Amino acid sequence: MDPINTNHSVDMRVTIGDLQLGNPVMTASGTFGYGREFASLVDLNRLGAIIVKGISQEPRPGNPPPRIIETACGMLNAIGLENVGVERFITDKLPYLQQFDTPVIVNVLGESIDDYANLAARLERVEGIAAVEVNISCPNVRKGGVAFGTDATMAAAVTSAVRQQTRLPVIVKLSPNVTDVCAIARAVEDAGADAVSLINTLLGMSIDIKTRKPRLANVVGGLSGPAIKPVALRMVWQTAKAVAIPVIGIGGIGTTEDALEFLMAGATAVQVGTANFYHPTSVMDIVDGLEQYVHEQGMASVRAVINSLQV
Amino acid sequence: MTEFQEKSTITLRETLTPEVIRLTLKAPKIAAAAKPGQFVMARTGEGLDPLLRRPFSIHRVHSDGTLAILFKIIGKGTRLMAEMNPGTALSLIGPLGKGFNLDPQGPFCMIGGGMGIAPLYFLAQTFRQSEYRENNQPVLLGSQTQAELLLLAEEFSELGYSVLTATDDGTLGHQGFVTELLDEILRKIKQVYVCGPIPMMRTVALKCRDAGIACQVSLETHMACGLGACLGCTFPATGGGYKHVCKDGPVLSADEVIWTL
Ligand SMILES: Cc1cc2nc3c(=O)[nH]c(=O)nc-3n(C[C@H](O)[C@H](O)[C@H](O)COP(=O)(O)OP(=O)(O)OC[C@H]3O[C@@H](n4cnc5c(N)ncnc54)[C@H](O)[C@@H]3O)c2cc1C
Ligand SMILES: Cc1cc2nc3c(=O)[nH]c(=O)nc-3n(C[C@H](O)[C@H](O)[C@H](O)COP(=O)(O)O)c2cc1C
Ligand code: FES
Repeated sequence: MDPINTNHSVDMRVTIGDLQLGNPVMTASGTFGYGREFASLVDLNRLGAIIVKGISQEPRPGNPPPRIIETACGMLNAIGLENVGVERFITDKLPYLQQFDTPVIVNVLGESIDDYANLAARLERVEGIAAVEVNISCPNVRKGGVAFGTDATMAAAVTSAVRQQTRLPVIVKLSPNVTDVCAIARAVEDAGADAVSLINTLLGMSIDIKTRKPRLANVVGGLSGPAIKPVALRMVWQTAKAVAIPVIGIGGIGTTEDALEFLMAGATAVQVGTANFYHPTSVMDIVDGLEQYVHEQGMASVRAVINSLQV
Repeated sequence: MTEFQEKSTITLRETLTPEVIRLTLKAPKIAAAAKPGQFVMARTGEGLDPLLRRPFSIHRVHSDGTLAILFKIIGKGTRLMAEMNPGTALSLIGPLGKGFNLDPQGPFCMIGGGMGIAPLYFLAQTFRQSEYRENNQPVLLGSQTQAELLLLAEEFSELGYSVLTATDDGTLGHQGFVTELLDEILRKIKQVYVCGPIPMMRTVALKCRDAGIACQVSLETHMACGLGACLGCTFPATGGGYKHVCKDGPVLSADEVIWTL
């Protein structure tokens, strides 16, 4: 292979609503902590954006262990949305990230529509936040624990509640555990979302046949990693055709080639998740690799790759 | 704290038993920064299955920029690593986590069971260069059978420690649990360092609590990142909530966690 081209004159910029990104490579929520955890391994200034661990109004302790299990080319997690809560996020975690040029996107989660609205209102008053990403894969406690993201009406209600509370770009993160992701995507677009990101993890499980017990204490968990990439790519492609707002591709991305597939399928940007665990420098490798690809193809910018799929 | 990602090279592979392997790796940055009790995350290959890195205690460090890990083959990752020959490259991230308290405030004892012996050797090495270098401090080592223990017991003895062994089958030392050897010693010490299977650490933790002696444990949990990011490595904490073993540990004071598991 040719040496990696680190010529930063290649135009790598993309826009998500009002949000300008220096390049299309972000870190996926829950896989990059609050950024600082990776600071000695990754140059945080080189990322398109940092999306932090999902934040709720109150701190959450999360699920009992075991919470993570490796599966073939992937992993299952049932972290249970453990996080420090919005106030400690603002006082303890955000200041560190503000020293970098990289936009910080805050992933939010709630158990009711009010939770989401309150979080959006709270974050609206804070400096140094570039956008909110709304995780609608959480159970709605008022509706018997059905995930907001599996019902178009509930997904739209969360989206408009957040929209009304903030001027920040609103990215709605879609769940793949649905029959028709396009219907949900259209519903949140109509409710005012500036972009959608997908996919969140696929619901799965694993059994220890020696003990006949589930390997996760929570029994079921979310599948992520290379194993889910084909499913994610298909959903991104379908969604990109169904909505006019930008689509952010997520799911099993670990290499430049993976990222290119998502951009070609119609994604404006990508998020790298599980790969941060097994290969922390993959985000930087992908930025370098995309730059080299655009350069080699003689393209005017990385934007020429987006939606370039020939069917 | 600074972690490094290093492409290490295997310089030596020792087969202690068909199941227990020791790899010495050239990883100068990690070796120079490592403290006893810390660990590395090793990628078992370039492929995507196994996907996650595997955590291993730093077993020894040497002044030539090498470090060693000592492990038992238990699944697909360790099997792949056991087959690696000198010259093979292995990606490591480390040193990770919080290590042992290096000031035992007096006489101490180390207790290792099975592969839990691994981090204790690095601790034993480090004490030899500190004010706690006096000879004949007790080290209790346990395993299923003698094959696993012979070389390790000798290496601790060479450092000047007084080694007592226990095996399940009685082929070396006391037949039974290594924890049974502790009762004699407990009155004479101020601090216990223990690493091994959970039931063993629980027994030691309770004995120390009853005797009012400080006890540090090195815990194992499943880990995806080793960096404090995935929040997967939890152990129930005293007073509610969880400890994250990769960041708060792997070494913790025994009274910081709940031993009902
Ligand atoms: C801080 C720390 C230090 C460790 N130090 C040592 C050591 O010095 N020597 C040694 O032999 N072992 C050590 N272990 C355990 C070692 O990490 C596992 O034996 C190893 O990950 C098994 O991988 P595998 O692919 O062979 O097994 P598989 O069962 O195929 O692994 C499947 C998944 O489960 C995880 N897993 C399985 N068993 C364990 C375990 N006991 N602890 C944590 N994760 C596990 C693996 O990492 C992997 O993600 C340590 C664990 C931790 C957390
Ligand atoms: C350990 C772990 C924690 C996660 N936490 C969150 C979270 O808090 N909020 C969220 O929206 N997604 C979360 N996700 C989902 C990821 O952001 C991503 O959508 C998913 O893992 C698929 O991408 P990947 O295959 O690249 O990992 C988490 C994933 C993992 C593996
Ligand atoms: S292993 Fe990921 S947080 Fe501890």
